[in-house]
Amino acid sequence: MPAMLRTLAQKLGMMAHGFHGGVHPHERKLTAGMPIEDCPLAPLYIVPLKQHIGEACTPLVAVGDKVLRGQKIARAEGYVSVPLHAPTSGTVVKIEEHPVVHPSGMSMPCVFIEADGLDEEDHSLERMTNWRDLDAAVLRERVRMCGIAGLGGAVFPTFIKLVQDKKNPIQTLVLNGIECEPYLTNDHQMMLEQAEEVLQGMAIIMHMVGAESGIIAIEDNKSDAARVMRQALAENSELAHVHVAVLPTRYPQGSEKQLIYSLTGKEVPAGKLPLHVGVICQNVGTAKAIRDAVLLGKPLTERLVTVSGDAMPRPANLRVRLGLTLRYVFAQRGLEDFENIQILHGGPMMGERLRIPDVPVIKSSIGLLAMHQDTVMQAHPAEQPCIRCGHCSQACPAALVPNLMADHCRNEQFDKAEAYNLFDCIECGACSYVCPSNIPLVQYFRYGKGQIAQLRREHDFAEASRQRFDARDARLAREKAEKAARRSRVRKELAPAPDKDTTTKVEKSTNDKAEES
Amino acid sequence: MTHLLAALLSLGAFALLAGVVLAVAQRVFHIEGDPMVDKIDSMLPQTQCGQCGYPGCKPYANAVASGAAEVNHCVPGGERVMLQIADLMGVEPKAVEEEAAAPMLAFVREDECIGCTLCIKACPVDAIVGAPKQYHTVIVDQCTGCMLCVEPCPVDCIDMLVKPELLEHWAWPLPDTRRAAVGHERRGHHAGHA
Ligand code: SF4
Ligand code: SF4
Repeated sequence: MPAMLRTLAQKLGMMAHGFHGGVHPHERKLTAGMPIEDCPLAPLYIVPLKQHIGEACTPLVAVGDKVLRGQKIARAEGYVSVPLHAPTSGTVVKIEEHPVVHPSGMSMPCVFIEADGLDEEDHSLERMTNWRDLDAAVLRERVRMCGIAGLGGAVFPTFIKLVQDKKNPIQTLVLNGIECEPYLTNDHQMMLEQAEEVLQGMAIIMHMVGAESGIIAIEDNKSDAARVMRQALAENSELAHVHVAVLPTRYPQGSEKQLIYSLTGKEVPAGKLPLHVGVICQNVGTAKAIRDAVLLGKPLTERLVTVSGDAMPRPANLRVRLGLTLRYVFAQRGLEDFENIQILHGGPMMGERLRIPDVPVIKSSIGLLAMHQDTVMQAHPAEQPCIRCGHCSQACPAALVPNLMADHCRNEQFDKAEAYNLFDCIECGACSYVCPSNIPLVQYFRYGKGQIAQLRREHDFAEASRQRFDARDARLAREKAEKAARRSRVRKELAPAPDKDTTTKVEKSTNDKAEES
Repeated sequence: MTHLLAALLSLGAFALLAGVVLAVAQRVFHIEGDPMVDKIDSMLPQTQCGQCGYPGCKPYANAVASGAAEVNHCVPGGERVMLQIADLMGVEPKAVEEEAAAPMLAFVREDECIGCTLCIKACPVDAIVGAPKQYHTVIVDQCTGCMLCVEPCPVDCIDMLVKPELLEHWAWPLPDTRRAAVGHERRGHHAGHA
């Protein structure tokens, strides 16, 4: 449809705003409608010291310490960070490096907790049932203290987004129940089973940021969730200015900026945050976690995980304690042999490929997928030259030109890639998905972004070194000058000796004269 | 005749005016130092290692700018820096002869250190702390890995260690390259033994 017609239709309210581009991958929601089950407790938990975007935590416990479920075991460092809590009661057995969920396959310091099987909880945080009378800052501290980070997968510390800023007042809270990645169904199931709790969380967030209205965004492939949420809203007199918006299914609708555009027609400018257009976006799982933190005084120690994939014997929606290994979780659903199996952490579009089932579940584990190696290989055949068909730019939700950006990244012309707004790419993978030449476009963008960050770091380090070198040079020169000055002073002090002789002579002569007289 | 005079006078007046403007501009827009030297210096990695044969990055930048040195002597900078400088100077790129070693960090074995302060004097970026007869230590975040402190140590207690790769500084490799394949291998390796 020509752009003008489309804008006109949108203005007249005949058509919802749709974000640019997008794709329709097969949904394959094998676990849709399956009730949430609890993943059984295990004897060992591994808690990596960094599970959010930002600074890593510093451990507060030592080997041999007894901990309770929900007890703080690591302190947040710096502003962009949240603390970590013990997922069950037991004993700290070691603190050492262990492989974690990371594309590099590298290790990170982790706290190992041996469970005592009692699963005793730490009840030191009081319940804030009177949250309506509490100051937003108090609630914000509670959200931080409970270790909550965006559970939609981005794991950005949530408390940072929950601010009341005079300059950018927030009108609308968007509750993100989109879940546009194939296979994943945990947010869907949470809305079906825990609508009441999710709405309570929503009310708390709206109180904290002072939002007047709220939108619960759901895609039209989850109409049952939309029905349940509407019903729950109807029974809830408090959330009068909240409505459910059903959007046409399209990937990556769940991405913050794209979702805000679809719902409100407001575009979040590059380098700005949703709050600059008066909106904040929270995932349904995060809302539920905030509710538990405030109403029950429970820190974040578990999350919902979709355990699925075409190689999964018994897929399920599981409530999993953080720190259980993937191997253990898979084993609970009948998968024990990892021969010819590719593990994905997250969804198939944006998730990370792992070949290590021994890494622990962390706050960002939205899904754990086990795929047949062949399926994944089919999805990643060899790269061919670009035929300039333009499909990638049509699919890009950020309205970028992926083929040119990829060229520049490949040829290390990073300044040019940046000029094409490389940093606006949300790494959704829509471009790679549609490319008929199977070019792994996103991989090039990740490479480019990494190299640019690396170059900046090197440049900053060089700059600091240069300043120290210059300062040292200046100091050496000064010391030399001082030494020279001192030397010349000493010389001067020595030099006047003959003068002194004359004075003494003069004195002597006067004395002589005096004597004579 | 008058035409000629008018032309001469007006041209002369114009020349005078232009001269004055130029003289003023030269004073007003005067630049301290040599901008070329600063530009080259900003491209160099500031390791201050002296492998180029000059006592630091700035002196090498000076030498390149004045044409006294070739563009390919900075070893830690490698090909990238050489290409940048060649581009700036408008000369043909020349291959860097020595291959840069992996980034290093100096490490003082503290129980062997006698506190002589010789390494402190050698460090070009003031990255070693200590006092006479007290053991010395290297500030890891500031060490450029230049190795200049190793030689002066009378008891040989300084080691050069390969700089560890940090998880936070890890970057994605280029797809379909050897590095990408190696990374995939490594992940598989973890799967095998962990
Ligand atoms: S979709 Fe692939 S082949 Fe088509 S223009 Fe983009 S990069 Fe080139
Ligand atoms: S990965 Fe980046 S460039 Fe490709 S479609 Fe998504 S936002 Fe656009």
